[in-house]
Amino acid sequence: MVMHIVDRRLNPGSKSLENRQRFLRRAKALVQGAVKKSSQNRDIKDVLEGGEVTIPLDGMDEPRFRREGGTRDMVLPGNKKFVEGDWLQRPNQSGGKGSGAGEGDSEDAFRFVLSREEFVDLFLDDLELPDLAKRKLAETESEGLQRAGYATSGSPANISISRTVSRALARRVALRRPRKDDIEALEAELAECDDETRRRELLTLLEALKAKAKRIPFIDPIDIRYRRFETVPKPVAQAVMFCLMDVSGSMSEHMKDLAKRFYMLLYVFLKRRYKHVEIVFIRHTDRAEEVDEDTFFHGPASGGTLVSSALVAMNDIVRTRFRPADWNIYAAQASDGDNMTSDSGLTGLLLTDKILPVCQFFAYLEVGEAANYTFDMPDSSLWTLYERLRNDARRCRCAR
Amino acid sequence: MGSSGGRLFEGADWDFQTLQRVHDACEKIARTELGLDVYPNQIEVITAEQMLDAYSSVGMPLFYKHWSFGKQFAFQEASYRKGLMGLAYEIVINSSPCISYLMEENTATMQTLVIAHAAFGHNHFFKNNYLFKQWTDADGILDYLEFAKGYISACEDRHGRETVERTIDAAHALMSHGVDRYPGKKILDLRAEEKRAGERRQHEESVFNDLWRTVPNTKHKSKATLTVERRRALLGLPQENILYFLEKTAPRLAPWQRELIRIVRHIAQYFYPQGQTKVMNEGTATYVHYRIMSRLHQQGRITDGNFLEFLQSHTNVVFQPEFDDRRYSGFNPYALGFAMMQDIERIVKNPEDEDRDWFPDIAGKGDVEGVLREIWSNYRDESFINQYLSPALIRRFRMFHLHDDPAESQGIKVDAIHDERGYRRVRRELARQYDVGFVDANIEVMDVDLDGDRRLMLRHTTVKGAQLNETDTRRVLQHLADLWSYDVALTEVDGTDKVLKEYVVSPRAAAVAA
Repeated sequence: MVMHIVDRRLNPGSKSLENRQRFLRRAKALVQGAVKKSSQNRDIKDVLEGGEVTIPLDGMDEPRFRREGGTRDMVLPGNKKFVEGDWLQRPNQSGGKGSGAGEGDSEDAFRFVLSREEFVDLFLDDLELPDLAKRKLAETESEGLQRAGYATSGSPANISISRTVSRALARRVALRRPRKDDIEALEAELAECDDETRRRELLTLLEALKAKAKRIPFIDPIDIRYRRFETVPKPVAQAVMFCLMDVSGSMSEHMKDLAKRFYMLLYVFLKRRYKHVEIVFIRHTDRAEEVDEDTFFHGPASGGTLVSSALVAMNDIVRTRFRPADWNIYAAQASDGDNMTSDSGLTGLLLTDKILPVCQFFAYLEVGEAANYTFDMPDSSLWTLYERLRNDARRCRCAR
Repeated sequence: MGSSGGRLFEGADWDFQTLQRVHDACEKIARTELGLDVYPNQIEVITAEQMLDAYSSVGMPLFYKHWSFGKQFAFQEASYRKGLMGLAYEIVINSSPCISYLMEENTATMQTLVIAHAAFGHNHFFKNNYLFKQWTDADGILDYLEFAKGYISACEDRHGRETVERTIDAAHALMSHGVDRYPGKKILDLRAEEKRAGERRQHEESVFNDLWRTVPNTKHKSKATLTVERRRALLGLPQENILYFLEKTAPRLAPWQRELIRIVRHIAQYFYPQGQTKVMNEGTATYVHYRIMSRLHQQGRITDGNFLEFLQSHTNVVFQPEFDDRRYSGFNPYALGFAMMQDIERIVKNPEDEDRDWFPDIAGKGDVEGVLREIWSNYRDESFINQYLSPALIRRFRMFHLHDDPAESQGIKVDAIHDERGYRRVRRELARQYDVGFVDANIEVMDVDLDGDRRLMLRHTTVKGAQLNETDTRRVLQHLADLWSYDVALTEVDGTDKVLKEYVVSPRAAAVAA
């Protein structure tokens, strides 16, 4: 008999991917809770690594009619010492209802593994940039096609058949193109006609009609219409995120590491969620400089502290590259809170006059040394300043 | 190629030519020595990941999408990764051609074992056992699944995924009560089923069913209510196939929802025989692979080393832990089935006096393969055990029967053991464990209150005092009420019609049927 061997190994795997996604969607709220909970216990670095979460099975149960209790009879293998009529102790007090214990409640929670993608998606899912209000017509990339009536020229693929045919019909009627039926009727009459004069009459008539039909085509190039499309620019919300980091000498390695992780997370979030987000990295000591991603995260630097320098740099960049009218501007600043006392006034002024008015949102993150952190530690100079500012301006948030 | 055509393979490696050679060698033995009659074989080589995929869609190569399969997948993947669970060596599908999945990781010996086991053992059983013949349509199943998958995804496009999922959830909850248990209806023809789906819906929509009249009758007729008998006859009651009843009579289901219920019902029906023949099916396949492998070894077509490798996995498969073993989780269908097949072989070939008393029909008959083929065709687990579990085997397994009556304060009673007085009782009780009539709760649709609020009335007749689990039952009834769209009442009664418990569940506001 014929036997077929089919090699399925090269078939696309993950046939159950869709089912898996459906399941995740269904369990989303539960899984999201679990992801949040599990990410609390992790290092920020590991948050984005994916991993195992545990969720309760509630809400995704598949109930069945299931019986329990009652008199039970069972046949078991491996009798060693029992004889008929022996009485055995029930294993435990709830023994009478023990039948379902194996299937029923032991399954009330289960763990499963999320891939990195799934984990990050869930982790960042309900986050949004706040107040993404300004929308502007961007020049490129986001153009959509829209129908825009008909044109006399175009590519053959875009011929509008209905429009073309109806125009041809109108033209044929207007020019009185002889109809096929009329010609056929005359031909039939001619075939049966014996009268010589009538025949001649018919013949000339027929020839005239045929000639006319030839002159007036069924579809003329002037009938043809093409569907026309126009490109329409679509409004896009453009946003820019300024990352300001203090890399001065007072920031210990640990603090820098913490700040960098914060930005790393912010960076991943922005990249995943928004296509049109520019990110500007500024690091400062007593001077500020705009750097690229790599230098920002990995480059070493050290020096004094002058917070205003970063703000000045940011302000310059905003002025030259990101018109506040067109861009949603966000800023996140990380520092240990130390600043030259003389600089405080300038920093405050810059923030209130220049930065905060153009920002949709300004976040300040203060990193403290975990070891000396105590509750009665006096607030740092920056913190005090920002605390005051926050009470005046609503678009500022501080955290540490 | 003669019967001793040299080694089939060397070492553990194999390629497609090897598989072909192995298949041909197995086929020769299967046909000439065992007299098997099989569907054409199709052997598919898959990876471990694909095997996991297949697990979570109940082993079928294509299946409709549903979140519960994803849940199963997540669950299985987790336990596989933790090493709690090994993967099966093969999956075989009751279809024509009969499809067997082979994992690529298997060694050549294992592939031979799997081909003998699945492509001949299971295949023969599928093609010849009366339950499969009666309830499944091997030719049509793959096409039907294709249709079901397409139909469900079309429904999702049209009616929204959530609505469709809710309907399927509800139907799944009732799946165990969506099978016909008694033959009599016409043989399933899934191909025609697929073609008729559309026509049937159109017809049903155009036919008016007086039962669901909502416009009041004219005055002089309104007194004439249907008699109870007439009503129940019209509705085909009592009906134990709840899904069938819903599909035909639920008042407010949309046509596509009825079709979904029908799909779930057909699939439940397709798997129905498998649940009733686990011991026999595995017993047959294991016996067949054992015979084929032994013969291949005898013919010198596999080496001693290969044969030892085979014996090792064979022994693992037919291992039966004893009841007080931590690994014990009921009878191993492979162990019990294989032992019974071998025992029958012994009885047919070399019976003892006891066997002649117990099995006069087959003892010493000589034609082992003929007797076995006959048995494979005409029994299911319950009747098979009831008929052919021999005293010798009861002794070998040292089986005993426990009777646990919760009202009895002394504890659990040992009711019978492997002795002269106990054989028949042990055998009867063991057979009963495999009886679907005892395994599934006996729930029937009794009546519909047509004059009042259209309440659907169900009855659960309890057996030996086992009642339904309350939490689960409420949930299932909730699904049922959503499909029915009016109240649903379930009464639990004992053998004497004494009411033990009553449930009433109302449909949810955003019910399935709109």
